[in-house]
Amino acid sequence: MSAHATYQPRNAFMRWLERRLPIGGLVYSSFVVYPTPRNLNYWWTFGGILTFMLAVQILTGIVLAMHYMPHVDYAFDSVEHIMRDVNYGWLLRYAHANGASMFFLAAYIHVFRGMYYGSYKEPREVLWILGVIILILMIMTGFMGYVLPWGQMSFWAATVITNLFSAIPVVGEAIVTWLWGGYAVGEPTLNRFYALHYLLPFVIVGVVGLHIWALHVAGQNNPDGIEPQSEHDTVAFTPYATIKDSFLIIVFCLLFAWFVFYIPNFLGHPDNYIPANRSVTPAHIVPEWYYLPFYAILRAIPNKLLGVIALAASLVVLFFLPWLDTSRVRSARYRPVYRQFFWAFVVVCIGLGWLGSKPPEGNYVLFARIFTVYYFAYFLIILPVLGRVERTKPLPTSIAQAVLGTGLPIGAPAPPPSAHKA
Amino acid sequence: MTMMSATESATEPTRRDFLFIATGAAAAVGVIGALWPLVAQMNPDASTIAAGAPIEVDLSPIAEGQVIKVFWRSKPIFINHRTKKQITDAQDVDVAKLRDPQPDSARIKAGHEQWQVLIAICTHLGCIPLADQGPYDGYFCPCHGSVYDTSGRIRQGPAPLNLALPPYEFVSDTKIRIG
Repeated sequence: MSAHATYQPRNAFMRWLERRLPIGGLVYSSFVVYPTPRNLNYWWTFGGILTFMLAVQILTGIVLAMHYMPHVDYAFDSVEHIMRDVNYGWLLRYAHANGASMFFLAAYIHVFRGMYYGSYKEPREVLWILGVIILILMIMTGFMGYVLPWGQMSFWAATVITNLFSAIPVVGEAIVTWLWGGYAVGEPTLNRFYALHYLLPFVIVGVVGLHIWALHVAGQNNPDGIEPQSEHDTVAFTPYATIKDSFLIIVFCLLFAWFVFYIPNFLGHPDNYIPANRSVTPAHIVPEWYYLPFYAILRAIPNKLLGVIALAASLVVLFFLPWLDTSRVRSARYRPVYRQFFWAFVVVCIGLGWLGSKPPEGNYVLFARIFTVYYFAYFLIILPVLGRVERTKPLPTSIAQAVLGTGLPIGAPAPPPSAHKA
Repeated sequence: MTMMSATESATEPTRRDFLFIATGAAAAVGVIGALWPLVAQMNPDASTIAAGAPIEVDLSPIAEGQVIKVFWRSKPIFINHRTKKQITDAQDVDVAKLRDPQPDSARIKAGHEQWQVLIAICTHLGCIPLADQGPYDGYFCPCHGSVYDTSGRIRQGPAPLNLALPPYEFVSDTKIRIG
């Protein structure tokens, strides 16, 4: 959608700059006058929250990098040095570690929002695909970051995850050796993970730029899933979306601050406060909570190669979602049957996460297998079939009609007034 | 109606204006509070400060005319056991004619004129000067030719100030504590 007003700077310097590098106009059209559907709810603020958390992670990460030492003999001690000696080091470390959890929490909510409201459907397929790419980059970045403190979990998570590649026939072992830079996880592995952990967030920034660009080309989806048809369906991004996003960012920061200041080690694993010991594997290796669903899927399959393939497939299948869902109707608000399968999917994902934290025995394995079957069936069977057979509810005629009930333009006289004016 | 419309006439500030400014101020305080640790973390940390604790130096092994170098807070420090001639040369000076006027008495501890304790960093651009060198038999900086006398005061060359003094005191006649 094109901007309704062009940027007319009143400031002489901005006029001078606008002719040479129209960044003022870009910000103006993208984030000030940008037409935003007037029916967006708070689930739409998580994109802004994610951008904020990306900035938080990069800032805290860079200042931590000023004190961290990426050497097997010093890494663990340098993290303790940060916690004990560096001014506010404890705060920066806890903010970065818990920030990663908050980053993934917001990302999963953002993904579930997209799935519920059909934000991946035409013409937003590339937007969705860019988002899946960002998620995969986040997973890689988080994994490498967790290795850096060089605790027991850091070391053994690195060993287990890099060993996944040995499942690949013929070239698997060579790939693993190449990843390690040695005969096992060691100094070369730590160094290269540090370099890549510093790099990938900036790659994420680039892909986020493309993601926002793709979003602005197609325009935002909205809870009713119907395209804006006129000016009455939209409002200017600033001040409405700006303030709504800022408000929920602050609420989100309250949750973030709760973890950082009151329970900073709740989401972590105590074994990571033990320096890495290559001769002793911890009794229960688990990744951080945000990887647990994928971990459960991996362990549910009894075959090594098929387990790795299932793990990869659980992410790769997301790329195809725009084409697997055959329904013409976008939003689950108007798809009563789909809605139930969707919430079952959410329960399955949370269930897989919980199962991933349990030892792979008995009923835990049974339920992990059942939930894994549902996970793939949702994408490969339920969505394609449902799109064709589901009876959807009738869509509203316009967004304004859905929100205001009357389709009246902005500023028109309201229906008969109630008791008192605000 | 947009919230950004400015009132043309000079009307009273509204409640909305007050709320805007109050919210903006609260947000600014919050942002500064959140960003402060990012700035403060670059200041010396507790272990660096602990490593900069005062040191004690035993003066008894230092012979007359000998200069030793110790480190305190990563700075080189000259401890010079001055000879009688060096002491009188340092005292017989027209202080007013110096580039950085300072009598020798202000650069030693009373009763211990033979002990010169200086930070061995040239006040020009930071090289370590050479001891017992130069036309005054004081210190000479080979980088750009600054010449200091036996009191460590600048006499020739580009350095603007006398060699600095570290904080120190005599614990006993043969021991000083620097820092």
